[in-house]
Amino acid sequence: MKLTLRVWRQQGPEDKGSMVEYKIDGISADASFLEMLDVLNEKLIADGADPIAFDHDCREGICGMCSLVINGTPHGPERATTTCQLHMRKFKDGEVIDVEPWRAKAFPVVKDLVVDRSAFDRIIQSGGYISAATGTAPEAHSTPVPKPDADAAFEAAECIGCGACVAACPNGSAALFLGAKVTHLGLMPQGQPERWDRVVGMLDTHDDEGFGGCTNTGECTIACPKGIPLDVIGRLNHDYLRATVGGKKK
Amino acid sequence: MAVTGGILVLFLLMHMIGNLKIFLGAEDFNHYAHWLRTVGEPAVPRRTVLTVTEIVLGLAVVLHIWSAVSLGRRAHEARPVKYQAKKKSHAQGYAIHTMRYGGVTILLYIIWHLLDLTFFVVNPKGGDATPYERMVADFDPSRWFITVWYVVAILLVGLHLHHGVWSAFQTLGLRTPRSERALRGLAVAVAAVVTAGFISVPVSITAGWVS
Ligand code: HEM
Ligand code: SF4
Ligand code: FES
Repeated sequence: MKLTLRVWRQQGPEDKGSMVEYKIDGISADASFLEMLDVLNEKLIADGADPIAFDHDCREGICGMCSLVINGTPHGPERATTTCQLHMRKFKDGEVIDVEPWRAKAFPVVKDLVVDRSAFDRIIQSGGYISAATGTAPEAHSTPVPKPDADAAFEAAECIGCGACVAACPNGSAALFLGAKVTHLGLMPQGQPERWDRVVGMLDTHDDEGFGGCTNTGECTIACPKGIPLDVIGRLNHDYLRATVGGKKK
Repeated sequence: MAVTGGILVLFLLMHMIGNLKIFLGAEDFNHYAHWLRTVGEPAVPRRTVLTVTEIVLGLAVVLHIWSAVSLGRRAHEARPVKYQAKKKSHAQGYAIHTMRYGGVTILLYIIWHLLDLTFFVVNPKGGDATPYERMVADFDPSRWFITVWYVVAILLVGLHLHHGVWSAFQTLGLRTPRSERALRGLAVAVAAVVTAGFISVPVSITAGWVS
């Protein structure tokens, strides 16, 4: 395949940055998007140029590191798929492809396509955990969980914390990510002790980090590589109201 | 947004039902306008209920706009560097994209509308006429452009409600996978009823069905 890439290049956090065009040929349609960038980078290194920095780790759609906005869509054109699992056969031969980093104040660009997502870590630190007993794994049947709750919690637990929801949201809100965590932990018996502190703490940190407010546009759930449904935001709001107006938070 | 919007939706429904009284004739309509001012008498002085309603509505409108402006501000601050690629929306729904500009247009409409039928500044008949006469004169066939303006504004209100009603339930955490279909239906129904009910009045006057 022959492609024209327009890639965001930015030396460092302080640099202004700009789109730089690259022509590339001989790309296999079975290559993944990241492999295509690897090929381009090898060429850049051979030419003595600075390779394009981009995040990745597992390359099997489970770690949440890959983070590219491809033609204006986080993780590219294929639904429910991470960038690392996206293949070049989804593009046309000769296509011009724009590649940009996640854009959010809370996700500052480190270099080129790499953004700093530690704002998510700080949100998790403010409530995205449970006070479980450590030691040997407990007998699974000692804490029964109703099947529908287990299923809904599992669906929410699929969130890999990639941040595509923020990148897609016209408001730059991380409500889907928050909702996924609040739903996942709030539906399990083990998540109950911190339930009300969690939702308030995580939302406060979210706002302090500079994420925007949710207006229920629904862009996030479509961009999400794990298909986290909008329901989790309803649950987030519901738990937040119960914690605050409902006086559940001590 | 959700709470103030809810108050405004309830007002719109009442207001629409009141407007439909025009089809019952001048006497009924004028009597209704009179009743709005005397309701609650003699337990409370004249215009008490109406004034309280007006204050609640005024506050609801101001707070609704204030919430929208703060959300817009936060959105702007949350993404200081924009995307270079053309903006792509994958979420379904024209209504979602008209919330901000549509809302501003509705505000301009409300100002016009108050100058027209509450303060009579831009109404062809003045304060001496009856409410019915003011309505009929307002939407006279020769003033068809006023009717068009009302219809456009109300269509925007309909779009606003189409997303807004559903969104309010989601914001209040009352939307669940099970109620999703019912809530979408409710939003469409409220939007359609309010739009049709409001539009029927000026259009009927301009068409000469009510005179
Ligand atoms: C065809 C459509 C409409 C007609 C014919 C109409 C007619 C009227 C009339 C006759 C009044 C004065 C009532 C009185 O005597 O006190 C009024 C008041 C008002 N209308 Fe409308 N209206 C329409 C649509 C709307 C819409 C869509 C909105 C809001 C988005 C709206 C908001 C108001 C407000 C805020 C007042 C003032 C209420 C008060 O003073 O207590 N109207 N309208
Ligand atoms: S909700 Fe989806 S898009 Fe958002 S961080 Fe989790 S996996 Fe990524
Ligand atoms: S690299 Fe791990 S999810 Fe894409």
